[in-house]
Amino acid sequence: MSTVKLTVNGRSVSAEVEDRTLLVHLLRDHLNLTGTHVGCDTSQCGACVVHVDGRAVKSCTMLVGQVNGANVTTIEGIAKGDELHPMQAAFRDNHGLQCGYCTPGMIMSAIDIVNRHGGELDEATVRQELEGNICRCTGYHNIVKSVLDAAGRMKVSAAAE
Amino acid sequence: MYETHYHRASSIEDAAALFAKGSDAKYLSGGQTLLPVMKQRLAAPSDVIDLAKIPAMVGIEASGDTVTIKAATTYYDIANNADLKRTIPALAHLTSMVGDPAVRYRGTIGGSIANNDPAADYPAAVLALNATVKTNKRSIAADDFFKGLFSTALEDGEIITAVSFPVPAKAGYAKFRHPASRFALTGVFVAKDKAGNVRVAATGASASGVMRVPNIEQALKANWSASAIDGIKISADGLMADIHGAADYRANLIKVMAQRAVAEGS
Repeated sequence: MSTVKLTVNGRSVSAEVEDRTLLVHLLRDHLNLTGTHVGCDTSQCGACVVHVDGRAVKSCTMLVGQVNGANVTTIEGIAKGDELHPMQAAFRDNHGLQCGYCTPGMIMSAIDIVNRHGGELDEATVRQELEGNICRCTGYHNIVKSVLDAAGRMKVSAAAE
Repeated sequence: MYETHYHRASSIEDAAALFAKGSDAKYLSGGQTLLPVMKQRLAAPSDVIDLAKIPAMVGIEASGDTVTIKAATTYYDIANNADLKRTIPALAHLTSMVGDPAVRYRGTIGGSIANNDPAADYPAAVLALNATVKTNKRSIAADDFFKGLFSTALEDGEIITAVSFPVPAKAGYAKFRHPASRFALTGVFVAKDKAGNVRVAATGASASGVMRVPNIEQALKANWSASAIDGIKISADGLMADIHGAADYRANLIKVMAQRAVAEGS
């Protein structure tokens, strides 16, 4: 057992957990942040993607020890109060989800894609960069549409700040 | 995953000391291979020693005709490094095709070559570019480093600290990706050094891991062009065969990927 301390969605947290605990299980089982999902548990599907120190990573493939002292953002931490993050709003407006299981990971990966490309995105880039996130409902068309829409919105909101 | 003990090493010496104290320790870098294997209970180290936060293990240095990539540098940082893109763009290109973006944020070059997966990308680059693997004990030439499936010249407890790549005159990498895993069904790295020597290495093809391809090397030494390889036939002896591709299919892929690597390289 070890004590880990980290920041999750802006809040300092500490937990006494076994060293073999994965980040996704710390989030879901110890912090009750169940928005982050476990899909394949083999680091392929991307349902568990969260941001660790600003980078979108698969939380099913990190030990808690590796995030000791880190700054973690999950799907629960991106809206501003009742105001959805532009990526969440774009997924809603473009019907970018059906069952919704992959959506938290999709959104966390998509925000990272937009951040890395500075809002200058085309469809081919979005499709290529989403290769680590699997959706079995939508056929991806509306997800891609959502990301492209959000890239525009994020550029506007960044300019306004 | 079986229970284990996690340690974050503060220095290379600290890591080696922690390793020596564990009964069955393993080094952890990005964890993109080790952790899945531990989750499947195929590995159960008593201790995992995290190398990723050691300052001396991270970064890229370009000086003269050599680029040195420290072992715990992530794929993302390698693929986007301005010095590397300028000096060995083929290596940056290869890196941008490993795994997916989330994996590239975590995975490291040292972890990849220490694992020596027979379908990993980096072993092909290390071998074709005639790189030198630096450890906490010695320097190992690429030709002496890879010893077959998941096997290397590393001794128990030895730590890869960096990989030094001579800047080539020309280089390229092309791979035929497994459509689901994104590993190389076959990938070929071609390189011509500044003295005119040509080295070609294929990954994903041989049942013994990364391999050099002498007949393609000879053809490219005489004439660095995709068409120089047209008439070459690669033997299927010793190549992998599975549901994704027969041995003769992989043999043909070696030739086709070598041609693409030459055509798309620079």
